Amino acid sequence: MAERTAPPPAAAETMVLNVGPQHPSTHGVLRLILELDGETIVRARPDVGYLHTGIEKNAEKLYYSQVIPLTDRIDYLAPLSNNLVYCLAVEKLLALEVPPRAQWIRVLLTELTRLNNHLVWLGTCALELGAMSVFLYCFREREEILKIFELVSGQRMMTSYFRIGGLAVEPPAEFPRQVDRLLKMLPGRFDEYEDLLTENRIWLARTRGVGVLSPEDAIAWGITGPNLRASGIGLDLRKAEPYSGYENFQFEIPVRPEGDVYARYVVRMQEMRQSVRIARQALDGLPAGPVRADAPGIVLPERDKMKTEMEALIYHFKLVVDGFAPPAGEVYAAVESPKGELGCFLVSDGSPRPWRMRWRPPSLLNVQVLSKLLPGHLFADAIAILASVDFVLGEVDR
Amino acid sequence: MTIPPELAARPVVEKLRAFNPRAVTAAEEFRGQLTLTVPPELIRDIGEFLRDSPELAFHLLTDITAVDRYPVEPRFEILYFLRSMKSGERLRLKAPVSGDQPRLESVVGLWPAADILECEVFDLFGVHFSGHPHLRRVLMPDDWQGHPLRKDYPVEGYR
Repeated sequence: MAERTAPPPAAAETMVLNVGPQHPSTHGVLRLILELDGETIVRARPDVGYLHTGIEKNAEKLYYSQVIPLTDRIDYLAPLSNNLVYCLAVEKLLALEVPPRAQWIRVLLTELTRLNNHLVWLGTCALELGAMSVFLYCFREREEILKIFELVSGQRMMTSYFRIGGLAVEPPAEFPRQVDRLLKMLPGRFDEYEDLLTENRIWLARTRGVGVLSPEDAIAWGITGPNLRASGIGLDLRKAEPYSGYENFQFEIPVRPEGDVYARYVVRMQEMRQSVRIARQALDGLPAGPVRADAPGIVLPERDKMKTEMEALIYHFKLVVDGFAPPAGEVYAAVESPKGELGCFLVSDGSPRPWRMRWRPPSLLNVQVLSKLLPGHLFADAIAILASVDFVLGEVDR
Repeated sequence: MTIPPELAARPVVEKLRAFNPRAVTAAEEFRGQLTLTVPPELIRDIGEFLRDSPELAFHLLTDITAVDRYPVEPRFEILYFLRSMKSGERLRLKAPVSGDQPRLESVVGLWPAADILECEVFDLFGVHFSGHPHLRRVLMPDDWQGHPLRKDYPVEGYR
């Protein structure tokens, strides 16, 4: 199925096929307008916007700390990456330093988020190509990660756990034991997935040489993250522009030169192993200390202090009622989210609400590149390519 | 609007001004992030120079967005976020555009990534990009009236 034919001349009679917006293979409410010549795709146009909720506009009416719950809902498979990039942007605006313990827990949890995202990606991608059991196994392991999110934040998906200046609360006492159990379990499970797929002849036939993205095209189309690294460019913001203390961790960046669906699979499989490695280092080297910066007027005071100190009570009241006003200016913060470069651009006019919040969604560019990747392929391969680039429609439309 | 001397000595600013003396009208650094204000009519030429200059190599356009400064004129600031694939340096270009028939040249010919990003700015801010192959609404319905991210867009009551 991997053979491709050159697009036919424009005079040939073509058929327009609507895929979605309600179609299980589009991973959400994506509508693809495909122009087909027989079974070969001549032209592809993704049509987005079905999940537009105006999050960027909403943020302009909220205090800085009230925006955090909105960020969870953008990319709901990687809520903690979203929390992190927003908090980093506000902290950069305030020039606020976050305590090491909070930074380490942020790294640990965002790596678990990456595992969560890649497990869903692997499960759904395999499901599209007929490997149903992989989907069931991936969701089994994902559930264990969600249990850890629930343990620290009380929520499986909409965590809102990172706050400006640190974390919402210190994780409970059983947190290290639970994470340790998870990190011990995962590598063996990855081996199981690889046994099922990596050398599976059907998997190879469906993925090798399909949807090849050259490194030049990947850069020109604004592709970042695992998709770029599967096209042979080893750009990873965790190494290139370290944030939240990533410079203290030892890990490798998996790169594959082929740029096809198989390369995207291999890169993500290896990234999951690296994530376990980073999370292990974060857990073992977890520094002691507070999880919130000492910044009265920006970070909520400790609950105990509010009962004994009048100043703490005043700060709490003022922060909840009036918010805080960062200096006027423009900052951009970017993190390596599971899907690519996730950016948050904040414009402050010196008032307690952001004048403008721009969310740089990697998913949007991953969807856009489909119009480059799909033409020339058979319709069956379109499903494989669609699954391989990894996007969440909540993030595409915001 | 000025260029502080310490920023004028930056290689990217020097090269841009050598390319076209009018290319940079203001430069600003906040929290270590460099923003250059450029004349909107030159945006495509500047983009081409930044992308094709072998020492600068700003090959990656990560984002295009806009800020509405209503009621200040020029009202819109169109922002281009670039990353050099050689040095890893990041650069923001800011093109101020008037609120009266806002329009500037498209950069889709330089970076295909700009296609949907420019459409989004058109959709939500009503800024036109001349030379764009297919400027359309992407997030709002095709028959929508108004541009929601404008500051004078009504957020309550009957529209």
